[in-house]
Amino acid sequence: MSTAFLLNGRAVEADGHPMSRLLDVLREQLGHTGTKEGCGEGECGACTVRLDGSPVLSCLVPLFQCAGRRIETVEGITAAPEGPLRDALERFVATGGVQCGACTPGIVVTLASLLASNATPSREEVRTALAGNLCRCTGYEGILRALAPAEPER
Amino acid sequence: MNGIGASPPRPDGFAKVSGAARYLDDLSLPGMWHGATLRSPHAHARIRSIAWDAALAPDGAVCVTVGDLPGPNGVQLIDDGWPILAGAFTHHVGEPVALVAAPTRLAAQQALQAFTVTYEPLDAVLSLEAAEALPPLYQLGMDSGDVDAALARADLVVEGEYRTGHQEHIYIECNGMIASYAEDGALTVLGSMQCPYYVQKALTHALGLADEQVRVRATTVGGGFGGKEDFPSAIALHAALLARACGRPVKLVYDRHEDIVCTSKRHPTLVRHRTGVTRDGRLAALDIEILMDGGAYTTLSSVVLSRALLHSFGPYRCADVRIRARALRTHTAPNSAFRGFGAPQVEFAIERQMDRIAHRLGLDPLEIRLRNAVAPGDRLPTGQILDAGTSALPCLEEVARRTRFRERRQELEAARARRAAEGDEDQNGAEPRRGIGLSLYFHGAGFTGNGERMMKSPVTARLLPDGRIEVLTAMTDMGQGCSAVFPQIAAAAGGLLPEDVTFAEPDTAEVPDSGPTVASRTTMIVGGLIARVTAALRDRVLEGLPGHTVRDGWIESPAGRVERFRDAARRLRAEHGPVELTLRHEPPAWQTFDETTYRGAAYPTYAWGADVVEVEVDPDTLAVRPLQVTAVCEVGRAIHPTLCAGQIEGGTLQALGWALLEEMKLEDGRYLNDRLATYVIPTILDSPRIDVHLLESHRDGGGPFGGPFGAKGVGELPMDGGAPAVAQAIENATGIGVPAIPATPERLLAWQRAGQTPGGVR
Amino acid sequence: MIALSPRSLDEAVRHLADDPALVPVAGCTDLMVRGPEALHRMDRVLDLLGLPELRGICAVSEGLEIGAATTFTEIRHSAAIRAAFPALTAAAEQVGGWQIQNRGTLGGNLANASPAGDSLPVLLALDATVILAGPAGQREVRMDGFHTGYRKTALAPGEILVRIRLPHPPAGTVQAFRKVGTREAQAISKVVVALAGHVEGGRIAGIRLAAGSVAATPVRLRAAEAAILGSSPGLVTAERAGRTAAREVQPIDDVRSTADYRRFALERVVRRMVLGLT
Repeated sequence: MSTAFLLNGRAVEADGHPMSRLLDVLREQLGHTGTKEGCGEGECGACTVRLDGSPVLSCLVPLFQCAGRRIETVEGITAAPEGPLRDALERFVATGGVQCGACTPGIVVTLASLLASNATPSREEVRTALAGNLCRCTGYEGILRALAPAEPER
Repeated sequence: MNGIGASPPRPDGFAKVSGAARYLDDLSLPGMWHGATLRSPHAHARIRSIAWDAALAPDGAVCVTVGDLPGPNGVQLIDDGWPILAGAFTHHVGEPVALVAAPTRLAAQQALQAFTVTYEPLDAVLSLEAAEALPPLYQLGMDSGDVDAALARADLVVEGEYRTGHQEHIYIECNGMIASYAEDGALTVLGSMQCPYYVQKALTHALGLADEQVRVRATTVGGGFGGKEDFPSAIALHAALLARACGRPVKLVYDRHEDIVCTSKRHPTLVRHRTGVTRDGRLAALDIEILMDGGAYTTLSSVVLSRALLHSFGPYRCADVRIRARALRTHTAPNSAFRGFGAPQVEFAIERQMDRIAHRLGLDPLEIRLRNAVAPGDRLPTGQILDAGTSALPCLEEVARRTRFRERRQELEAARARRAAEGDEDQNGAEPRRGIGLSLYFHGAGFTGNGERMMKSPVTARLLPDGRIEVLTAMTDMGQGCSAVFPQIAAAAGGLLPEDVTFAEPDTAEVPDSGPTVASRTTMIVGGLIARVTAALRDRVLEGLPGHTVRDGWIESPAGRVERFRDAARRLRAEHGPVELTLRHEPPAWQTFDETTYRGAAYPTYAWGADVVEVEVDPDTLAVRPLQVTAVCEVGRAIHPTLCAGQIEGGTLQALGWALLEEMKLEDGRYLNDRLATYVIPTILDSPRIDVHLLESHRDGGGPFGGPFGAKGVGELPMDGGAPAVAQAIENATGIGVPAIPATPERLLAWQRAGQTPGGVR
Repeated sequence: MIALSPRSLDEAVRHLADDPALVPVAGCTDLMVRGPEALHRMDRVLDLLGLPELRGICAVSEGLEIGAATTFTEIRHSAAIRAAFPALTAAAEQVGGWQIQNRGTLGGNLANASPAGDSLPVLLALDATVILAGPAGQREVRMDGFHTGYRKTALAPGEILVRIRLPHPPAGTVQAFRKVGTREAQAISKVVVALAGHVEGGRIAGIRLAAGSVAATPVRLRAAEAAILGSSPGLVTAERAGRTAAREVQPIDDVRSTADYRRFALERVVRRMVLGLT
């Protein structure tokens, strides 16, 4: 069965079982390996993509529900970043937001959604947005440094 | 200028941010098949038979069983006692029993159903208590002075028993390998790993191949934490066996469930302390017994136990010490390397014991540590005389100053006393109970004992035709950032610009065996070699140029003429052909260690740290929320302060996860928390603000141990301090004693009901 | 494999009547966790996400109706829900992270029938009614009759969960929600509790208490309700409510928690919530 959707602005068709995970279709069929599998059960956020503009977990989206929808992956989102996202990505590397990088694509996709609606999020707003993205390397501090201005200590 | 102490962007940063970085599972080879592993459902069983019904296997799937092994059935690590596939018996749930390969991942999973295995279940040993009476996997001891006499003389003897649980690494990238054979029989393995040469050694040993027939290349590593030290060797063997069986490249990648079920964990540990103290709170005798759950096979337990023994006395002075340490055998997956390598467990225990002693003597936690912490020139119980960079007291004093520890603790104690006086200890007030806790910790940097002396790790540098220096090491960047730190070291040591130096990818066909990426040795030991070999190659370029000096990539003659270093190097390379140098690590002559008595200098130096943690405890649920951690660490010189702080921040959060959330419950030898939904690690909302302060004691050059620019190992240090500080903070907040971690609300409730207090059971 | 994406509720009901083996799905956040092998064995699914009758939040005379395929994000952002049913807003905010909230639906939470479902005690406390559609038309089931056993619901074969109706609570109603989870976010509950109650003339004139993860289904804490209805609010009443609640549930030891702890936390949380009744 073939399913047509927009991937990073380009029309694509994917073949496969309707219940195939979008994650597998992106990675194995469409060559978009930037989207990572960290758990396969919706816990870690590494596979986050945007579906019609909203961050979702591609391991929990069946292919058939993508028909006619708009999918954006980390490759598309970071291809020509502008404004607050571009600045955030530069700071992300500089402030230690990246270590092993396996969680990073998912975090970037979530952050892109946050920044699209809120160009200057507070530390608490970033924390709320990233509650569904696990990172095991950074203790999250490097990520927060990249996004949120320093706040007075409690 | 990317000098020492600057924090240039890491070279792999943008590739990781944009999704372009290629991890193992992102790769595919032409004609590649996929592997899957049949695992034991039993903790202990005799395997009566294994049958494979090819008719049930889809798409021409092939299988490998123990009878197909071409050589010894052992994964070569320290020894080869860890089976590649279970033989006549299986010794833990999840042990690999047979392998399949098929054209797709799904088909491989389905093909597992073509096996029929007959097991005869046997009794299993599943706890430290049950294992204690049985012969250990390994044991060690150390004696200093006369402990019994010192205990008899002591004003007070305090006993304590402290436990820590399993911890799973949860690197976000699961383990995985691709193996492929060339037509000439040469084997190439790609994968996520910390130690390419360990993998090569395991492959040559079991497959009967020569070193030059086996090439191992590390792909981008999505986190390791020790979990990719030994286990990749087993997976590489499985992938290679399947590639051999099907005549195609085979990818074997674990999903999260499988990774949790079968890969190694941090050793659950029980430490028994009997401590003699003087009335004024000085340690007079330490009698320590360490029991570690090694799981079914020894793997790395002997060296984990060794490091545990050597950190069990903490950063404290005590002349009369007896330590007995055993790694016990249970029917669970082998426990093995995990950041800290035995030290976090025993440092949790000694720190809890110090708190208990303080409580008995009416001292505060800072005071008991100030009175006992080691200083430069002091001896450790092993006899090692501590160097000038011994920073236990500076760390302790600085963290106490920054956090106003004493005042803050008194405020919180007063609040608790007030609540108790008002009869409101657990009654009306909805506001969370605040508590503060402190810990002092240390970590021996580099391999234990004579490890580095035996390995004599080499690093090679050579001139490229374009005049750049290429440095070759076997170290993998699993996220810690050696790909950023190494160029800084090489450039600074050679007087060069970062772009004058390039680093080879870790590939056993290209790079020398500079040892595994473990034991906080990467910057300190291998980085030191990089500094030396780069400087030596630079000097080689300068040989024909007497009186010339190099700075920032430019050569200056005595007459003041300047030339790009790279131009001179290119000339030399063109005239002489290949120019290459290899240097080997040589520990300082004074660093000797007796492996039989466990006396001597076990480590060339130590890194130091002190943490203060503030928590709040929900009065209704006993849920503990860490609010703020202040970590003051002394790691010599921070080559790249941002990455250095990143190690401390990340390690601290791993320690807090271990202390509060991460629990592996067992039922009949099966981990119940075998998915990421049930094995919970901290989210960003579980994470405190982590405030890192580095004390740099060796700013003016190399320390006595040869770390480049005075750098000491940092990777594991932060794992040692978080848990005991959190435990103390919980006691401060609630009055409930915390003898074990994880300190889950369920356990806090049970301890409260059992009368567990900071001084022991009431 | 058949994956049907009907455009109307009638069409969906017809499909289901023709082929009872069809598995109705919405946000798929529970279903997909089964993994590729099990998913590829599925051969008939019926997508409810595109049904307009199952979307949206609208005011009706008795209160508010929420379409079964309304996502937790939509619930979180609904001003109408926040104004009238803040306990439901609070529950929606704690269902997974953003990514799960963007896909998971209220109807899915109900139909999946996990005893740990975050929103379910809230719907019990708010006296929700569940509206079902089948070949014979629509029928209504009171929330406290919807979950009939462990992972069992009142949905008959061929029926689809269409809407959830929340009646206007009496003036002055206090609502509370508390999820005691395995961690601060992305957590499965150890205990989840909701309360709706109001005080008139110094007496508790109405009280509905419900909890999840303490029995095979989400449950009303009827004994605790009875123990305090008509009492004057305060510490004594709150403690009675907590103690009674802890006695009337049947929690178990499992991978997430212990029966002991669940009773303890339930008692404390109920007590705390009842203390908030004024």
